[in-house]
Amino acid sequence: MLCDGCKERDSVITLTRSDAQGVTELHLCERCAAERGIETQLATPKPALTDFILAVQKQLPASATDSGRCSFCSSTLRDFKTTGRLGCAYCYGAFESSLRDLLRRVHGASRHQGKSYRPPQPHVEEGATMLAELRDRLRRAVEQEQFEEAARLRDQIKVLE
Amino acid sequence: MLDLSLLPDGGVSWLDASGEHASIVLSTRIRLARNLEGFAFPGRARDGERLRVLARINEAVSESPPLHGNVLVRVDELAGEERLLLHERHLVSRELAGLDPQHPVRSGAAVYLGDGTGVLINEEDHLRLQALRSGFGVAEAYATVDAMDQDLGRRVPFAFHPEFGFLTSCPTNTGTGMRASVLIHLPGLVLTKEIGKTLSGLQQMGLTYRGLYGEGSEVVGNFFQISNQTTLGRSEQDIIEQLTYVLRTVISREEDARRVLLRDAPYIIEDKLWRAYGTLRYARSLTFEEAMNYLSGVRLAVGLKLISGLSVYTLNKLLIFSQAAHLAQAEGKALTESEANLARARYVRQLLADEAGTHG
Repeated sequence: MLCDGCKERDSVITLTRSDAQGVTELHLCERCAAERGIETQLATPKPALTDFILAVQKQLPASATDSGRCSFCSSTLRDFKTTGRLGCAYCYGAFESSLRDLLRRVHGASRHQGKSYRPPQPHVEEGATMLAELRDRLRRAVEQEQFEEAARLRDQIKVLE
Repeated sequence: MLDLSLLPDGGVSWLDASGEHASIVLSTRIRLARNLEGFAFPGRARDGERLRVLARINEAVSESPPLHGNVLVRVDELAGEERLLLHERHLVSRELAGLDPQHPVRSGAAVYLGDGTGVLINEEDHLRLQALRSGFGVAEAYATVDAMDQDLGRRVPFAFHPEFGFLTSCPTNTGTGMRASVLIHLPGLVLTKEIGKTLSGLQQMGLTYRGLYGEGSEVVGNFFQISNQTTLGRSEQDIIEQLTYVLRTVISREEDARRVLLRDAPYIIEDKLWRAYGTLRYARSLTFEEAMNYLSGVRLAVGLKLISGLSVYTLNKLLIFSQAAHLAQAEGKALTESEANLARARYVRQLLADEAGTHG
């Protein structure tokens, strides 16, 4: 319902007044309520994550250039829309253009301006850990008869080997 | 039972009221969200993967000079009461403690605790580095957490993208991964009804506010956590400078509001605050919300110098130690709600009686 004050924003609070003329109701948005000295937001600040997920569901378009599934963690954009969380760092590559749009909406920018970072050179054993991790995933995928996933993992292992 | 007194700072250094503006600002906290390359984020990872992440981080922390002497607490091996205790002490988040029935504690959930620092492992992100300080000290807290970040980032590879910055599980943290927040007590602005204006002003400046326990928590006892809303597109320095600038304005408005209260309604205010003190001093049963609200009044009375001989440190201690898990630990057993209310009133009476005698 629109705010009775500004007639622009959605109302968040209903004031009920009863006097000699009877009962009147006034619907106000946060700002107009605040102007009348009524606190609408003190007791319950907005649950940021819930809002965020709603925004994701509403706004995130499936971009034509994005792949359907992250090849590292096999999350989909739909998973992200449900939970509001990405599965792994590689999701940023898989869903890059959708995420760039989303980041712009959330932060008003999509380019990092903070400190720069270069990861340390990986040791041989780190590559080995990652390979072991992928082989473990492959084994599980085969066990659970997720053959598409298994094929993807096999390709990844080949690249690393 | 988990003994927090064994921590490097006893787990309470941020309560000691030694920082700047300590009667208005309880604490300053900065956290950086980081993830390790090559592993799924904790929410998506399987048990074994999270344990491998923990092992990698353990190795890095053991060699890291800024984290020397930190104590590892395996949150996933603690009982529910102990996890609640860590959360009440503001040392771990609700998520890491696994306090929501729908999201129980994850395997590999752990925290390194140091002198005013923490490294949360396998929370929403692999790493949450945090620095917690008494009073108002954003730049100082950042210096501490930045040193931890620089050193750990040389030991383990963080997930970083040239355009998006540090990559995090939730895109609301992407970029700097930094959330700088200040826990501030604003009874003057609430009583003078200026708070709505102040809070909407904050939002226009790109800041946001929450209750005492972070995201989704209610505002009780006039305590607000004010923090930056966005993490991408601005440098860490920019975020810190802006938060510092805005908070200085909020602090001075709060001080003005307190002066106005004393000037315009001295007797009403004085009576209200002494009543709050009287209730805390003599009540036999107190709910947590009641205690928080009366403590807010007494804190204001101390700030206005209406009550003397009561230290801000004691008030901070009352805030933390009158919570359910802390009371249960002090009593040495699980408490029902009504038993907790009795224990809370007893604890508050005791602490205030210990400090009384110098005023009246």
